[in-house]
Amino acid sequence: MLTIRNLRVTIDDRPILKGIDLDIRPGEVHAIMGPNGSGKTTLAQVLAGRELYRVSGGSMRFDGADLAALSPEARARAGIFLAFQYPVEIPGVSNVYLLKSALNAIRKHRGEAELDAMDFLALVKERLARMQMDEALLYRSVNAGFSGGEKKRNEILQLLVLEPRLAILDETDSGLDIDALQVVANGVNSLRDAERAFLVVTHYQRLLDYITPDFVHVLADGRLVRSGGPELAQELERHGYGWLKEATAEAGA
Amino acid sequence: MTTSNPQLERLLEREYPAGFVTEIDADSVPPGLSEEIIRLISARKQEPPFLLEWRLGAYRHWQTMPVPQWSSVHYPPIDYNAICYFSSPRSRKDAPASLDEVDPKLLETYAKLGIPLEEQEMLTGVAVDAVFDSVSVATTFKEKLAQHGIIFCSFSEAVRKHPDLVQRYLGSVVPPKDNFYASLNSAVFSDGSFVYVPKGVRCPMELSTYFRINAANTGQFERTLIIADEGSYVSYLEGCTAPMRDEHQLHAAVVELVALKDAQIRYSTVQNWYPGDEQGRGGIYNFVTKRGACRGENAHISWTQVETGSAITWKYPSVILEGDHSVGEFYSVALTSNFQQADTGTKMIHVGRNTRSTIISKGISARHGQNAYRGLVKVHRGAERARNYTQCDSLLIGDRCGAHTYPYIEVMNPTARVEHEASTSRIGEDQLFYCRSRGLSTEDAVTLIVNGFCKQVLNELPMEFAVEAQKLLGLNLEGTVG
Repeated sequence: MLTIRNLRVTIDDRPILKGIDLDIRPGEVHAIMGPNGSGKTTLAQVLAGRELYRVSGGSMRFDGADLAALSPEARARAGIFLAFQYPVEIPGVSNVYLLKSALNAIRKHRGEAELDAMDFLALVKERLARMQMDEALLYRSVNAGFSGGEKKRNEILQLLVLEPRLAILDETDSGLDIDALQVVANGVNSLRDAERAFLVVTHYQRLLDYITPDFVHVLADGRLVRSGGPELAQELERHGYGWLKEATAEAGA
Repeated sequence: MTTSNPQLERLLEREYPAGFVTEIDADSVPPGLSEEIIRLISARKQEPPFLLEWRLGAYRHWQTMPVPQWSSVHYPPIDYNAICYFSSPRSRKDAPASLDEVDPKLLETYAKLGIPLEEQEMLTGVAVDAVFDSVSVATTFKEKLAQHGIIFCSFSEAVRKHPDLVQRYLGSVVPPKDNFYASLNSAVFSDGSFVYVPKGVRCPMELSTYFRINAANTGQFERTLIIADEGSYVSYLEGCTAPMRDEHQLHAAVVELVALKDAQIRYSTVQNWYPGDEQGRGGIYNFVTKRGACRGENAHISWTQVETGSAITWKYPSVILEGDHSVGEFYSVALTSNFQQADTGTKMIHVGRNTRSTIISKGISARHGQNAYRGLVKVHRGAERARNYTQCDSLLIGDRCGAHTYPYIEVMNPTARVEHEASTSRIGEDQLFYCRSRGLSTEDAVTLIVNGFCKQVLNELPMEFAVEAQKLLGLNLEGTVG
């Protein structure tokens, strides 16, 4: 589904990702862990098409298509979704309006009919219930005045409505209390199936207690320095990221 | 944010979709301005003597007035003697009695603009008084309105049929010596709309006028007068587009509103005149005087405007709050792109006690657009407990445009309460990326964000107009992110 080869990314000519290789197949859940500043968010945003970053080398293929040639909206329509670490506020635009516009843009791309207001509302209400969110939230401006937790839930609500094929979660757990974390994880898990893949970017292991990954990768200084199964996350939890510095130094040598 | 985007630049170069010219013989008087021309205009329109004298008085005063220089807009001097002050489309009859008698070419023009009169007459509840150049060519729903005693007709017709109403109210809000452009208008105004709603009558439909400037070198000098008698209500919609032109075209209209005791007037404008090309060539000069007077207790006047067109927009729809407890409102969206300039705002003049005013202004600047809010809140000595709330927000798209705010506040009564809030923001790259990552195109994302920014104002428009205004904003914003 997603094939990343020797991906190199810079921002303002400063290298952030220094050669990433990653393969994600349908049905898999991959976790990317790593210390602050290692390039986790950069990887998530580059996959979604953020133009602030420059791809200076390597390739990203999604179902065989060269992602670098696709605009962010084309990637979204192809089935890539990024749950933002810091969801953006859009004053005056109601949450429900953005959701409906987004869903219909994607449906239109797939050659499906746009959902009318009634069908759409029925769909959204079901998803809201899954996220234990209040309906009133639909009519508030996108993320404006939302608490940190509400914003994160709102991202997962969008995920549930848009049902992408590859969902990238960028530190969705940060700022969530334990109850909210469970709600978010349950929401994500409700979408897991053999056709859909997840890339879960996180600093801490605790989210992975609820969303069990098939693979865990450790990102440090722009490189994936370790890959393994769920046990790798446990190891990181016990030892922290300190020991990685040596590993990084070795990899860089 | 990024400063250039080739895809967007391309979109920006899209041509103005209403840019076409209808070939109709213009029955024009020769260009130039003199007493003779004014007499000619007045004679052709078979006006009563008082109106000719009124025009001449305005003209004589206008000649003594300097061209105003105080605004922040820039344009080359206008040669007033190169302008043709009267032109009327040559119809099969001098005065068409029904749509059937209207020049088919005219109807076609409206159809191109999406204003099919026949359909509107049959399918919608909107009565249209269409002004093509300077003469009204069709007035619909007149009979239905007449049942309620409502007069809705061209200004010329009002002069003929209701001279006392015209004489009583014309110039009572915007005097003929008010300002340079209002005086010019008073001297040479050709036609416009007239509305009178009798006591206690609630006008059963939205009244609407579409303006269209055509015929090269013909300045348009509309004159609109709306009178809402005691306890009445009327909502009036004005919408415009203009064909593409190389030369600048002057438009100096005057709109006067009179709301008597307990009456309410809602005046909504969507303005989409030709703004000039991306180098700033051409486009309409829109120098308009719009003012309403609340002449009685609890009178209520609201101005709502969405200004997306014109090379230069220079207008300050104002309310004089004479009656105690009267209310004035101004809701505005002004969008400037390419080399457009807008200097717009309002004046709220509090005279009566417990008068209230609200000003919500949303300015959007893109490319080289310059947008200024200029507003006066004046509280006279006797205006006990007057209240004003002003909110001015500016949105910048790109880094070559400008937004300016000039609030003037004069308070002469210590019990008054005046609030002013202002903000300036940019369409963030992060907002755009967020929307695009959800599958929206850049244009849709910009439209979404801008419509969100303007929501408070768009909410004030009648429903069908709000939809049109949203589309218009989207159209005018295409590709402005850069």
